Amino acid sequence: MTGVSHPEAAARFVADDARAHWHDQALWWVRKKRDVASSAVPDWEALRDAAAGIKAHTLSRIGDYLEEFERNATARGAKVWFARDAAEHNAVVHGILSERGVTRLVKSKSMLTEECHLNPYLEARGIEVTDTDLGERIVQLRHEPPSHIVLPAIHLKKEEIGELFHQRLGTEKGASDPKYLTEAARQHLRRRFLEAGAGLTGVNFAVAETGGVVVCTNEGNADMGTTLPPIHIACMGVEKLVPRRQDLAVFLRLLARSATGQPVTTYTTHFHGPRRAGELHIVVVDNGRSAQLGDKVFRRSLACIRCGACMNTCPVFRRSGGYSYGFIVPGPIGSILAPGRDASAYRTLPFASSLCGSCTDVCPVRIDLHHELLAMRQEIVRRGMLPAWKRAGMKLAGWVLRFGWLYRLAAWIARRAIPALPRGLLYSRWNSWGRQRELPPMPRETFRDLYRRHHGRP
Amino acid sequence: MAAREEILAALRRNAPRETPLPDLSRLGVRFADPVPQYAESLKSVGGACVIAPDRPAARRALSELAVHRVAKRVASLVPWIEQGSVELAALADPHELEGVDVAVLPGELAVAENGAVWVDGASLPHRALFVIAEHLVLVVDAGAVVNDMHEAYARLAGREVGYGLFISGPSKTADIEQALVIGAHGARSCTVILVG
Repeated sequence: MTGVSHPEAAARFVADDARAHWHDQALWWVRKKRDVASSAVPDWEALRDAAAGIKAHTLSRIGDYLEEFERNATARGAKVWFARDAAEHNAVVHGILSERGVTRLVKSKSMLTEECHLNPYLEARGIEVTDTDLGERIVQLRHEPPSHIVLPAIHLKKEEIGELFHQRLGTEKGASDPKYLTEAARQHLRRRFLEAGAGLTGVNFAVAETGGVVVCTNEGNADMGTTLPPIHIACMGVEKLVPRRQDLAVFLRLLARSATGQPVTTYTTHFHGPRRAGELHIVVVDNGRSAQLGDKVFRRSLACIRCGACMNTCPVFRRSGGYSYGFIVPGPIGSILAPGRDASAYRTLPFASSLCGSCTDVCPVRIDLHHELLAMRQEIVRRGMLPAWKRAGMKLAGWVLRFGWLYRLAAWIARRAIPALPRGLLYSRWNSWGRQRELPPMPRETFRDLYRRHHGRP
Repeated sequence: MAAREEILAALRRNAPRETPLPDLSRLGVRFADPVPQYAESLKSVGGACVIAPDRPAARRALSELAVHRVAKRVASLVPWIEQGSVELAALADPHELEGVDVAVLPGELAVAENGAVWVDGASLPHRALFVIAEHLVLVVDAGAVVNDMHEAYARLAGREVGYGLFISGPSKTADIEQALVIGAHGARSCTVILVG
C-alpha cells in the first residue's frame, strides 16, 4: 500500500456533508451501546486492568508461550506453520490448498489476511475466495476493502447495498430492506459454504496452555465455514496468544461489549484439533510484529484485540471515514500501527487526531492510544517527514514562544493588523482555520494587560 | 524450519522485561438469582428461555414451540425430550444436515451475565449441527447456571479439552445500516430450556 494523505482523503469524504453526518451518527450509536453495556458490568475497570496485565505479561514471555502453544496444538492434531511476512503467509495458505486440490475457499473475518492481501494472491492462482461475513461480502462484491474492522460496510447505505445485490445476487430492483437483503445473502452464501473445499478464519485468541484457538462471530459464518469443509486454516498474528484458558473469561467479557455493546458474541468457538477425518492448520505470522515488540513505546499497541471501540468513539474517524486512513486498520489504533510499518507512507495519520483521549478511555486493554499518537508525531518530526511549510511554521512558532518580548510584539501587531486586513487576504488559502470558521474577534487588551490591571505588575 | 527459529529468536530478543500475570480471583459478578438473570440476558440477545420444573414440563415446552410444531426434520441429541427424525448416527457427511429444521442439543452450562450456553463438541456427531439447523433448542440443567464467564471456565477446567463453543442467542448481523437482523448464517431462533 502506498499510503494516503489523510487531510486530502478526508476532504473528499466531508464534501458530502449529509453522508458525513450520517456516518458520524451511525458510529456514535454503536459507541452509546458500548457505554450501556460496559457500565452494566460492576468490575469493568478491574477487567481492563486484568486484560492489560495479561497482555503485558504474555508479550514479556511471548517466545515461551508461542512454543507452548505450538506443542499443545500439535499434540491435539493441528499442524502449526510459521510465516515471517505476508508473502510467506500467502505461500503457506496457497500450498495447503493447492496440495489438496482445493479450488473454493470460504473465509470468515480475518484482518490478518487483509493485511497480507491474501485474496488477490489466491485469486491470481485460480482459487475462488468468498468472504462470508455479510459486511465483508458486500465490500468484496464492490471490490473495496472494509472501511471498519468490525463493521466493514458501515460507510454504505442500504439503498446502495440493495442495488449491488440486485446486480450481483438478483434481488428485486429497488429493494433495500435489511431483512430481505440479509436473507438473500444467507441463501447465496449457504451455497458457497456447501460447495467449499476449505474454510479459513482469523483467530481472536490462541491459548498456550491448551493449544486451542478461539474465534468469535455473530453471524455463524466461521462455524459454517469450519464445520462443512474438511479443512480449516486459522491465521493468526503472534500477538493473539494468551497464557491460560481462564484468561479467555477476561477478554470475552470485554470484547463484544466494547465492539457492539453485546454481552458476548453469538458464537465463541474453541478449536482444539481437527474434526473427524479433517485437518486443522494454524498459520502463525510475524509480519513486523516482533520488530514492533522491540519498541518500548509502540509495543503496547500489540495488546489490541481489534474491538473497534477506538474508531467508534474517535471524532476524527467518525467524521472522515475508514478509507481516509488508507490502511487496513483505520482510526486511532491504525494511526499507530500504520506508520509503525511505514512511517513515510502513513506520516499524516498520527496527525488525524484531536488528542482528546477518548480512544484511551474506551480501550478495553488500556492502550494509551493518544499518548502513542503524540509519540508517533514526534517520531515523524524527528525523521524529517513533516512537510516544509509545517516545519517552517513550527520553527517560527518556537522562536516566538521562546522570547517574551517577541511574543508580545507579535500579539501587538496581530491585534492591530487582523481587523485592518481586507477579508480576501485574511481568508486566503493559507488560512485553513478560516475555511469553515470565522476568526475570533481581536481582544482590546491582552491577558497580560488584564492581569496587571487587577494585580499590579506580574 | 528457518521461519520458526527466526520468529522465536526475534520475539525473545525484543521482549520487554518480564511482568507478572495479574490475579483474576477477585473478578466477576454475582447475581442474587442467576436463573431469572440468565433468562433476561438470553432475551436481550434475541433468544428465548423456558424454565421447566421437571422433564415432563420440558417435553411439553418443546412440543409447544411453534418452530418445533411445523418442523419436518428434527435432529436430537437429547433423547428423553425428543427422539428426532434424523438418524444422526447414519450420516457420514455433515453436508447431509442441510435442511434440518430443528436441532435439539444438550448444553453443559449456562452463563447468567450474557445468555451463553456451553456446548461440548464431544456430544456432537457432526460439528455442523448447531449452526446449519434452521432453529436451535438447547437443553440445560437449571443447576448448571453460573454467574459469569470466570465461573464458566472454572467449571470447564475439570473436563477434557476439546472442541466446544458458547452460543448466545440466534445467529445475527447488523452489517446493513446497523439494523439488527436475526438469522444471518446460523439458527434463526435459539430457545434454551432450563430443566429442574
